[in-house]
Amino acid sequence: MASLSLQTPAKSIGLVSPQKVLIDKPLTLACGTVLPTHELVFETYGTLNSDKNNAILICHALSGNHHAAGFYEGDSKPGWWDHYIGPGKAIDSDRFFIVSVNNIGSCFGSTGPTSTNPATGRVWGADFPSLRARDWVESQKLLMEHLAIECWAAVIGGSLGGMQAMRWSLEHPDKLLNAVVIASSMKLSAQNIAFNEIARRAIKSDPNFCDGNYLQQNRAPLHGLALARMIGHVTYLSDEALGKKFGRELASGDFIGSTEDPIEFQIESYLNYQGDKFSSNFDANSYILITKMLDYFDLSREYGNSPVSAFEHAQCNFLLISFSSDWRFSPKRSQEITDALITAGKNVSYTAIESNQGHDAFLLPNDRYQKTLSNYLRRLADQLGAA
Amino acid sequence: MNHNFSFISGWIRSGSRLLDLGCGDGSLLADLTSSHNVRGYGLEIDSDSIEKCIARGVNVVEQDLNRGLDNFADNSFDTVVMTQALQAMRYPHLVLDEMLRIGSECIITFPNFGSWRTRAYLAFRGRMPVTKQLAYQWYDTPNIHFFTYSDFEALCQERNINVMHRKFIAEQFPDNLLKNLWPNLFTETAVYHLSR
Repeated sequence: MASLSLQTPAKSIGLVSPQKVLIDKPLTLACGTVLPTHELVFETYGTLNSDKNNAILICHALSGNHHAAGFYEGDSKPGWWDHYIGPGKAIDSDRFFIVSVNNIGSCFGSTGPTSTNPATGRVWGADFPSLRARDWVESQKLLMEHLAIECWAAVIGGSLGGMQAMRWSLEHPDKLLNAVVIASSMKLSAQNIAFNEIARRAIKSDPNFCDGNYLQQNRAPLHGLALARMIGHVTYLSDEALGKKFGRELASGDFIGSTEDPIEFQIESYLNYQGDKFSSNFDANSYILITKMLDYFDLSREYGNSPVSAFEHAQCNFLLISFSSDWRFSPKRSQEITDALITAGKNVSYTAIESNQGHDAFLLPNDRYQKTLSNYLRRLADQLGAA
Repeated sequence: MNHNFSFISGWIRSGSRLLDLGCGDGSLLADLTSSHNVRGYGLEIDSDSIEKCIARGVNVVEQDLNRGLDNFADNSFDTVVMTQALQAMRYPHLVLDEMLRIGSECIITFPNFGSWRTRAYLAFRGRMPVTKQLAYQWYDTPNIHFFTYSDFEALCQERNINVMHRKFIAEQFPDNLLKNLWPNLFTETAVYHLSR
């Protein structure tokens, strides 16, 4: 146990393990396809109180998964949102019961393109049905019923996660008290879609993509997926953050000519490493599927393209957070959401956090961000009488 | 400071929509929400104040008033409030116009630079007044426009703004006795209830 305390920093939730559930109810997707059953992998942190009113749902973004906090046995790196989830942290596992689920269509154990299609007995691959953010919400709703939770104290997410939180507020307005929408947007801009299309094209151009049926042929478009991630990764960071971290430092070679090594900037080496690491952990069809889900998301499409009419259906309180250097989903996008919520007469607070970390800031330590989230959720826990 | 202005609650209708420009720690909005069930929002740029609002459950939006209010539609609020901030705005007259565009009514409070105390400070010390109301040195003050009760009256007249109520605040003797007799000389803080 001594070694465990060394590898888990103070205030971490510590060792965690995922659970898997077979949702034995049909899920009708927005595209019309029905999944008769589906599997969901999830983690929970903290304890559901006797009133069952202290549950928080964490919604992950494009490449996220259920492992949001704590450590797996033998791992040195914690879950992706460990800075903000844990005992005494902003999303406090001492007071809340936190549910973090890997969504369908992703590739970390929940039903997705790498799963077997029960109808054919073969892997889904590129045939996995097209998904919308609302499909994730409906699947999460089935998990909620499985866990016997009546109403979320809060649904929280960054980026695509924030879109799910907003969709929850419209689809099931009486099933959440708060939506925390971080670094998100009501719809993607042309520039956003452009970057996603470049990423998809990179994947599809890989000779190992095989029209998406690479798994059946024991191949994988690793190169294309790495390239897709490298493009995405640059858009999640700011010019300033990249400059600060790497500048023009060289990873190998020099400009004096004293070594034979080829010149490689550190940013090149870093991006290649990130791309390769990602492509060995993620599925290319999932990447295509989920980037399209992002592109198709449009909060108010079915509400006459009026965000105000859309949000009139919401009943929960909202907290919006943006980051100054985020050019993927800029503060302007969060301001638009806030303006629509105010016009719709909903309770909303909005903070624009100063940060040079770009879109990725929502994952990284930041005092003010941490304070905002803590203050908001502490008040909520007090109201609920949670622990 | 907001609690000094609790009397303005008499000018606020129950259940109305309220926008507080420069809402500080949100105490006025919190009070009016519990007493008048208002649907209130505050705009603020100071991060500590924003945190306090969030901690007490007041709707607060981080927005710099000097960058405009054009994200708010005409007549989208019943009342727009601004306490002790007009003198810190880049263009106070335009802010005033904006407040009356967004709200059917507005409530404004400001420190009266015409008070005999500030006049005496400047006249006899020859230095820019540093008072309880204007507690800054000239070089670090956020207050960039100094104006008097009379200046504000003239502005309202020029811009055809209807003064529904005006109230003069002075706590010290003899100002508290003389403020209504001679507002420009004895008012420390002026409070206006305005409409178009």
